[in-house]
Amino acid sequence: MSQTTSEDPHHIDVKEFHPRAQAAIADPKIRQNFRKAMDGLIAKRKDAFEGWDLEALRDLGANIRLRALANLPDLLEQLEKKLTENGIKVHWAIDGDEACRIVRDICVARDAKTVIKGKSMVSEEMELNHYLEKQGIEALESDLGEYIVQLAGETPSHIIMPAIHKNTGEISELMHEKTGTDLSNDVEYLTASARQQLREKFMTADVGVSGVNFLVAETGTLCLVENEGNGRMTTTVPPCHIAVTGIEKVVGNLEDVAPLLALLTRSATGQHITTYFNMISGPRKPGELDGPEEVHLVLMDNGRSSIYQDDELLDTLRCIRCGACMNHCPVYTRVGGHTYGTTYPGPIGKILMPHLIGLDEGRHLPTASSLCGACGEVCPVKIPIPDLLVRLRQESVDGDKLNPAKVRGHGAKRGTLEALVWKGWSWMHARPAVYRFGTVVAARLRKLQPGQLGGWTKYRTAPKLAAKTLHERMKERGQ
Amino acid sequence: MNSRDTILQRLRNRSGGELSAPDCDFAVLQRPSSSVAERVNQFQKIIESVHGEVHRCTRESWIAQLVDILSSRSARSLLIPAAHQIGRALRDSGREDLPELLIYDEPIESWQPHLFNEVDASITSTRGGIAETGSLILWPTPNEPRLMSLVPPIHIAVLEASELYTTFHEAMHAQNWASGMPTNALLVSGPSKTADIEQTLAYGVHGPKELIILVIE
Repeated sequence: MSQTTSEDPHHIDVKEFHPRAQAAIADPKIRQNFRKAMDGLIAKRKDAFEGWDLEALRDLGANIRLRALANLPDLLEQLEKKLTENGIKVHWAIDGDEACRIVRDICVARDAKTVIKGKSMVSEEMELNHYLEKQGIEALESDLGEYIVQLAGETPSHIIMPAIHKNTGEISELMHEKTGTDLSNDVEYLTASARQQLREKFMTADVGVSGVNFLVAETGTLCLVENEGNGRMTTTVPPCHIAVTGIEKVVGNLEDVAPLLALLTRSATGQHITTYFNMISGPRKPGELDGPEEVHLVLMDNGRSSIYQDDELLDTLRCIRCGACMNHCPVYTRVGGHTYGTTYPGPIGKILMPHLIGLDEGRHLPTASSLCGACGEVCPVKIPIPDLLVRLRQESVDGDKLNPAKVRGHGAKRGTLEALVWKGWSWMHARPAVYRFGTVVAARLRKLQPGQLGGWTKYRTAPKLAAKTLHERMKERGQ
Repeated sequence: MNSRDTILQRLRNRSGGELSAPDCDFAVLQRPSSSVAERVNQFQKIIESVHGEVHRCTRESWIAQLVDILSSRSARSLLIPAAHQIGRALRDSGREDLPELLIYDEPIESWQPHLFNEVDASITSTRGGIAETGSLILWPTPNEPRLMSLVPPIHIAVLEASELYTTFHEAMHAQNWASGMPTNALLVSGPSKTADIEQTLAYGVHGPKELIILVIE
């Protein structure tokens, strides 16, 4: 079995993280698939930065993203102006539903029945395929990994490698069953079959939908990073191209993309560069012989402007979606992407998704981490992911009176008993006499400590209280 | 208020106050100066590591080398840029051992199935290359449309060695891209590939299976 649940992928209860994690950990195949892939990616990333001043490059990447965020509203207006001059229509969407409706309206206006898609995590966030199908519009994924995931009726388990949870045998069986290809473990044969199937679709699709990696305000350019060429197909062959992306993807200048691209591909897959870096600045001009006659950009907010309000949470928006944080995450590697039940899995998902779905829904996400710090160390734009996880943990229990919680659904994990324990704890620590008395009593009664301490002792042995308090031992040493 | 104004207003009235923009130091992208030969070597090494092919040619030899490349692959047709000097040179070469030469001079709509199913190879010019990443710079034009370098299974690109830059950053500044971008600009750094099936590399998933570069020295 691959990592699928019987649940409809569009109605996963994010709160059921723990049962899914249990099931994933108990499945050696998932662990093998992920472990093998992630170990390879870690090694490749390291090699790809050989000879670079990586710290200086990450500083530059972080500063470019911070500078863009500092000027975000101005840059978005500049981008809109430039794109409009170039002939690209700009649309704005408050949330995924509105973004879906915009795409639908463009399709309806063109009487479009089939949509071919390049890889786009924002369209996953919108659940666009699901929506379009309900509207009677066929939406077909063309990235090989996304195509496989779509055939299986699943969602991506990794933002860069959507089908990483499946091995060749499973994919062969799936393609055999759904598309009639021969059963074969020859990856070249499977790839060539998909090429043939999808070429037919590219030729007849009415609309191409893609994501965007960087938006350049200065020149009005949409930049797409890919290896397969399906992104170029999607944005060139159908008569209409709709790009969907988040409002945070904009950068000021064209030169800003050079270091971000260098960071993105090396961090993601350990490549110096991907096969294609595709820069689109307009629809087909008179005299040009191919390319779409219409190009649209849908700029989606979907919670991003709320994240933008807070100085600390803002750092979440620096992300360039490389996936290095998940590749290096000891939790992600063991439980796989589907366990999270969210569009974006792994560390970036843990700090981003609570804003999109609320901390009540996403209450377990910030705690699905050992806070080992690997994600923060490898992040190409230096997002302090562990700090943000701690912040969201505080928000989820409304822990800090000095910094009132802000994230939607905050306080969802606050329990009366836990709150009382901490209240008692702080009361005791503010009173030395009570503290000394309390610790002495606890040390004397340590034999009465229960062996089982709830969730803590499920996988660990219980910590034991010392026979003497620290104060007593210091006194014995005569200090 | 429409969504655009709502979003922009939320961003402008940020509760955390105005943000300060840090300085960006691009010095980390600087490379020591290098000779053309060094850049060609670096380019060749990188492109070969990703399954691309480099043939070093002279202005006199490239057509003969192209003929060998195409015949070794039994290519029956070659899409050429008619009005470009590459296309003219091929048409004027008088070589009978070249495959059938095709011209992309009609809008794609009028001959899409033919391009998708029957063209074996294409040849395009480039606007230079990038040594550090083994990339070709392509700015498609009416003469060399976008699909020319994407749809046929073999893409052959002609690169002038003197137009090889060290980094992307250097190339975009040297050619002043920020002053105006074309409808489509591309960096192409190898044949189309995927590793989506269990991390196993496979070539030609959607675009060309082979990328062959003729470097004119």
